[in-house]
Amino acid sequence: MKFLRLKLEEQPTPSVPMRVLAPILAVAMALAVSIALIVLAGASPLVAYASLFKGAFGSVASLAETIAKATPLMLVGLGITISFRCRVWNIGGEGQLIMGAIIATWMGIALGRMPALLLLPSIVALGFVAGALWGAMAGVLKAKLEVNEVIVTIMMNYVAIYGLNYLVRGPLRDPTIAGGFPQSPRIAPSAELPRLISATRLHAGVLIALLGAILVYVFLFRTPLGYEVRAVGANPRAACYGGISVMRSIVLAMSLSGGLAGIAGVGEICGLHYRLLDGISTGYGYTGIVVALLGKLHPFGVILAALFFGAMVVGMEAMQRTIGTPFALVLAIEGLVVLFMLSGEVLTRYRIRRV
Amino acid sequence: METILSQAFMISLLSATLRLATPIIFAALGEIFTERSGILNLGVEGIMLMGAFAGFWGAYETGNLWLGVLLGMVVGGLMGLLMGFMSVTLRVDQVISGMGIYFLGLGLSSFLYRIAFGIRTVPPTIEGFGETPLPLLSRIPILGPILFRQGIPVYAAMVLVPLSVILLYRTTLGLKIRAAGENPRAADTLGVNVFLVRYLCVILGGVLVGLGGVVLSTAHLKMFWENMTIGRGFIAVAIVYFGKWHPYRTFAGALLFGGAYALQLWFQALGAPVPHQLLLMLPYILTIAVLAMVARGAKGPAALGTPYKRGEA
Repeated sequence: MKFLRLKLEEQPTPSVPMRVLAPILAVAMALAVSIALIVLAGASPLVAYASLFKGAFGSVASLAETIAKATPLMLVGLGITISFRCRVWNIGGEGQLIMGAIIATWMGIALGRMPALLLLPSIVALGFVAGALWGAMAGVLKAKLEVNEVIVTIMMNYVAIYGLNYLVRGPLRDPTIAGGFPQSPRIAPSAELPRLISATRLHAGVLIALLGAILVYVFLFRTPLGYEVRAVGANPRAACYGGISVMRSIVLAMSLSGGLAGIAGVGEICGLHYRLLDGISTGYGYTGIVVALLGKLHPFGVILAALFFGAMVVGMEAMQRTIGTPFALVLAIEGLVVLFMLSGEVLTRYRIRRV
Repeated sequence: METILSQAFMISLLSATLRLATPIIFAALGEIFTERSGILNLGVEGIMLMGAFAGFWGAYETGNLWLGVLLGMVVGGLMGLLMGFMSVTLRVDQVISGMGIYFLGLGLSSFLYRIAFGIRTVPPTIEGFGETPLPLLSRIPILGPILFRQGIPVYAAMVLVPLSVILLYRTTLGLKIRAAGENPRAADTLGVNVFLVRYLCVILGGVLVGLGGVVLSTAHLKMFWENMTIGRGFIAVAIVYFGKWHPYRTFAGALLFGGAYALQLWFQALGAPVPHQLLLMLPYILTIAVLAMVARGAKGPAALGTPYKRGEA
C-alpha cells in the first residue's frame, strides 16, 4: 500500500510502546464515542465526566468503593485470562460467581459455629470448587464433544440465575423478614471477611485478588501446566504433536477460570453483602471479560484494568444519581472498549515507513 | 388429565409453539447466511436487542408499526455492517468481536431506552401485531387455527424459510455464498468477490436478526425492557448448529424451542407444583442438551470464523 511516499508494512511483532499504548487508546476512543451518547442523554459531557471522576476518586470512601467494586472484577478477569490464554471462551463468569456465592452463603449460615480461622479458608476453597465445577462442565463438553463453550457458558449463566432466584425465594429465604423480601439470612460473623478501612466497604477480598494475580502469573508463566495451557491456546495441533493433552488443558483452564469467579462470589457474600441477594452479580461475569482483554490477558494488566472498570462502575452510579445519565452506558462503553482494543491490535501489526 | 389431551389444548399449545419460535427463526436464518459465508457472528444477542429496541421505539414514536419494523431491520443491518467491518476488513478474532457487539448492543439498547422513555411506573406499551386470520385457510380444522390464525410475523417466517433455501441452493448468489464459506480462495480464483459476498451476508444476517428482535418487542410482549431477549440470540446460534446450517432443519430446531417456551408457560398457568424458576431453566438446559447431542456431527462451513486475506499462501 503506497500513500504519500509512506508505506504501510506488516511487522511480525508489535513494538513495546504500541502494546502499552493500544489499551489506553482504546479506552480513550470509547470514552470519546460516549461523549455523543452523553449529549444524547441531554447532559454536558464535561459535567458528566467530572461527576464520574469525583464519584470514583473524590474521597477516601469513594476510592475505597472503587477498589471494592474492582475486587470481583479482578478475580473474574484473572479467571478469564487463564481460559482466554487457552483460547477457551468462558463467558460464564456470571454463573460461576453465583455458584461461589451460593456455597459461601450456605456455609456461612450452616457452619457459623466454626472459628473464623478455619471457616473462612474453607469457604474460599469450596467457593472455588463450586465455580470450578460449574465451569468444568462447559470445559468437558468442549473437550470431549467440541461443543461451543460460548453458548454453553451463557446458558449455564441463566440456569444459575434462575437457581439463585429460586433459592432466595425458597429454601434459603430469610423467614424473619416480613413481606417476603427475597434474600437469605445473614451469615455468621465468623464467616465475614474483615473490612480494611472502617466505615467503607473495602474488604479483605482485594488481598485475595492480589494474591490471586501473583498465583495466576506463576501458574501461567512459571509452571509446566501453565505452559501447556498457553501452548494449546497458541496452536492446539502443535501442542498435541508436542505431547500435550489438549483436552486436559481445556478442562483445566475452564475449571481454574470458573474457580476464580467462584472466589469472586465468596468475596461478594463474605466481604460485602453478608447475605445472598437476587442481584448478587451485576454483570461482573461480563465486565470481567472486558477487564481481561483490556489487561492484555496479563495478570498484572488485569489488576489495573479492573481498577479502571471499578472506577467506571462507581463513577457511573454517581453520574446516574447526580445528572441522570443512565448507568447502562457502562455496558455500551465495555462493548466499545472491546471493539477498539481489537482494532488497535490490527494497527500494532503494521508500521509506517518512508519509501 | 382430560384438559391436557383435549384437542383445543393441543391446538393452543402448537399455535403458541409456532408463535414463540418466530423471533428465533428470524435470528437463526440471519445467522445461517452469515455463517454460510464464513463469518461466525456471536453478537446475535446484542443485535437482536438493538432491533427489539429500535422496532419498539419506532412504532411508539411514529404510531406506525411498519416504520418500527423497518427501523429495527435497518439498525440490525448497521450492527451487521459493524461486525462485517471488524471481521472482513480488519480481520480480527470473530469470537471476541462478537462479544464486543453483544456488550455494545446490550448496553446501548438499555441506555437508549432509558433516554427515550425515562423511568416510569407503568412501562410504555404499543398495540403491536395482533392476530390476522387468513381467509378460508384459517377455517381448515385443526391445521387452520395452528398455522393460519397467527400474526403477520409468523406468516413472514414461514415464507422466509423456503425462500432462504431457494436463495442458498438454487441461485448463483447462493452458490457464491456457500463457496465463500467453504473455500474462499478457490471462490476468489473463480472470480467471486469474497469480501463483497461476506459483507452482504453479514449485513443481511443483521437485518434478519434485527427483525427477530422486532418481533419479540412488537408482536410478543408489545413492550421493551433491558436484556429482554434473555439468551434467545445465543439459542438461535445453537439452533444453527442443530440445523447443520440448513434452513429447514434449523426451522425444526426453532420449533423445538418454541415448544419448550410454550410448555413452560402452560405449566406456569396451570400452577404445576414445580417452582417456576425451574421451568424457566428449561430452554437453557435444552440448548446444552441439544448441542451435546449434535456436536460431533455438526461440521460447519470449512472456512467458518477464518478471515480471508488475498495473496497469502
